[in-house]
Amino acid sequence: METLRYEYPVSKPVKRRVHVGVVGSGDLEVLIEPVDGDTAQVVINTSVDGFGRVWKTVVDRFFTRFDGRVAIEINDFGATPGVVLLRLEQAVEELGQ
Amino acid sequence: MNAQTDWKGFLARRSFIELDARERTIALLDAGSFREIVGPFDRLKSPWLPMQGIVAQADDGVVIARGTIDGEPAVVAAIESAYQGGSMGEVSGAKIAGALELALRDNENGIRTRAVLLLETGGVRLQEANLGLAAIAEIHAAIVALRRHVPVVGVIGGMVGCFGGMSLAAALCSYLIVTREARLGMNGPEVIEQEAGIEEIDSSDRALIWSLIGGEQRTRLGMVDALVEDDATQIAKQVRTTFALGIPKAYRCEALDTYLTRIGEVDTSKQLTGVQLATLWGNKGDSK
Amino acid sequence: MSDALTIPTGPHASRGRVWLHALTEREEQGFGQSHSVLFADAPLGDIDARFIAVVPDPANRFPRARQGEVGLEQGWALANIVRQTIDAHRGGDERRRPIVAVVDVVGQAYGRREELMGIHLACAAAANAYAQARLAGHPVIALIVGHAMSGAFLAHGYQANRIVALDAPDVLIHAMGQAAAARITRRTVEQLAELGNRIPPMSYDIRNYAKLGLLDSLIEGVDADAPDAAAVQQVRKVLAGTLDSIRQDGVRDLSARYRSKEAQTTRAASIEVRKRLAEQW
Repeated sequence: METLRYEYPVSKPVKRRVHVGVVGSGDLEVLIEPVDGDTAQVVINTSVDGFGRVWKTVVDRFFTRFDGRVAIEINDFGATPGVVLLRLEQAVEELGQ
Repeated sequence: MNAQTDWKGFLARRSFIELDARERTIALLDAGSFREIVGPFDRLKSPWLPMQGIVAQADDGVVIARGTIDGEPAVVAAIESAYQGGSMGEVSGAKIAGALELALRDNENGIRTRAVLLLETGGVRLQEANLGLAAIAEIHAAIVALRRHVPVVGVIGGMVGCFGGMSLAAALCSYLIVTREARLGMNGPEVIEQEAGIEEIDSSDRALIWSLIGGEQRTRLGMVDALVEDDATQIAKQVRTTFALGIPKAYRCEALDTYLTRIGEVDTSKQLTGVQLATLWGNKGDSK
Repeated sequence: MSDALTIPTGPHASRGRVWLHALTEREEQGFGQSHSVLFADAPLGDIDARFIAVVPDPANRFPRARQGEVGLEQGWALANIVRQTIDAHRGGDERRRPIVAVVDVVGQAYGRREELMGIHLACAAAANAYAQARLAGHPVIALIVGHAMSGAFLAHGYQANRIVALDAPDVLIHAMGQAAAARITRRTVEQLAELGNRIPPMSYDIRNYAKLGLLDSLIEGVDADAPDAAAVQQVRKVLAGTLDSIRQDGVRDLSARYRSKEAQTTRAASIEVRKRLAEQW
């Protein structure tokens, strides 16, 4: 089990907090909360060690399309990058509602 | 009933089983009244799982929702079976026990507050063993105390069912609502097979398992109060109908004479099928 | 009090039986046709208490419930015995009879019949009866002299006002037996034991269980298998003291379990959950 942390420059304020997902096998939960300041913080607690580079790629890619002043917490139980992106997109969709 | 009504009903059906714990609580509460407390953003996680390399879910697998049912204040506690099999750890157990204790406090202070338990659980979380078990004992105590004021309604939807120490919680409830897909038993079939051998029970024989402890079988024996379709709207309706019954005149777990007779008259030299047992016990009157 | 206790050996032997006899020195009664749940009424301090034990019954009708498990008969027998205690109360000024659950139960009965015929309900009936007794004002004490395992302990003992245990080998409170737990979690028994040292709720050692704040006392220096007169006297003294304590604080719920000193640390999360629930209610 390991914890990964990343930061990204952002600018758009976000009005609400959002939670999606469940920490089931092959799945994850995502918590998104508004923060002040221009840095988005991402914390990932994952049950599978050694995939830091994969996570970074996935989250980098997410932040190329998403701009929001958020703190994101991910609790992961072995999800594939595809599932991670799905959950992130699901969360963003709820953010917009 | 005409064919068109059938189709409409069928297409409108929304599976309760496919809903996660949060969605189930929303489905049961009056529309718009849902308010989650001690939710994921409170981050009251298991202190014990990360010590064992297991990622903690932010709500520890239990949703506590406040709201109304038929306009009356209510609390719904729903277990998320997708997380650690819905097992009871320190925090998840405390959320349920604590919610019931607060409902009790309100009722004692003249604020009638209903309680619904959505029981989808394998029982104690082994990684938290004694704290899970202790929390379950506290849930039992809280149900017994609260149900004197207001019915405590349990719902078992499936597919995990309700096992372990929480099966006792189900049996302590004022009323139990189940689907056909539900199972209610103390020990999981795998554990029985492991402890007693495959001749005792073949845990891979799904038809056998449901014939012993499935929702329909439990209904035949009078061990549950209502059998409903796996449909969120129908289950919500059944919960309301059930509350309208008020506090039951007698509790199934207090049917001492009935069960003395029932257990006493069984021939234990052979195994009975579910149907055989229902025939043997079925005409003895209501066990509740 | 006799110095020489006749301690049964063989398949009938159990610490439950030993301690029931030692504490009451009375002829035990069973319930109905069963000999697997025994009780006797005897003085404890200034009042007659009911002592109840679940014991092995090698001739039991149910093949999966012969070694001291709580099965169908045992659950309903416990419920009956406790219900009779409640019903026997004559009201008025009479103090409610204390109930001592003498606990040595290897677990719930694992069997097909048990599941089919509703062992979950039988155990709930027992738990319910104990809870009702406590709510009615009967002081209920669980005395752990051996094993107090999972569903069996939920049925017989865990609804008590207070729990006391002997600090002796093979006194064990847990959610699942070591061998079975090892199989299910796919670890070795040694690995589980090591985990138990780091993680108190998982420990199979009663001294680590005591850190959880659920025990009222841990009684040291007592031979759990063959107690002498002094040991029995010591335990009676603790039970009498526990009884006084229950009467003094007059609490009929289980809240003492998270108000204890140990609970402030090892059950800090349980306390915080309740605090947060109340704040957001």
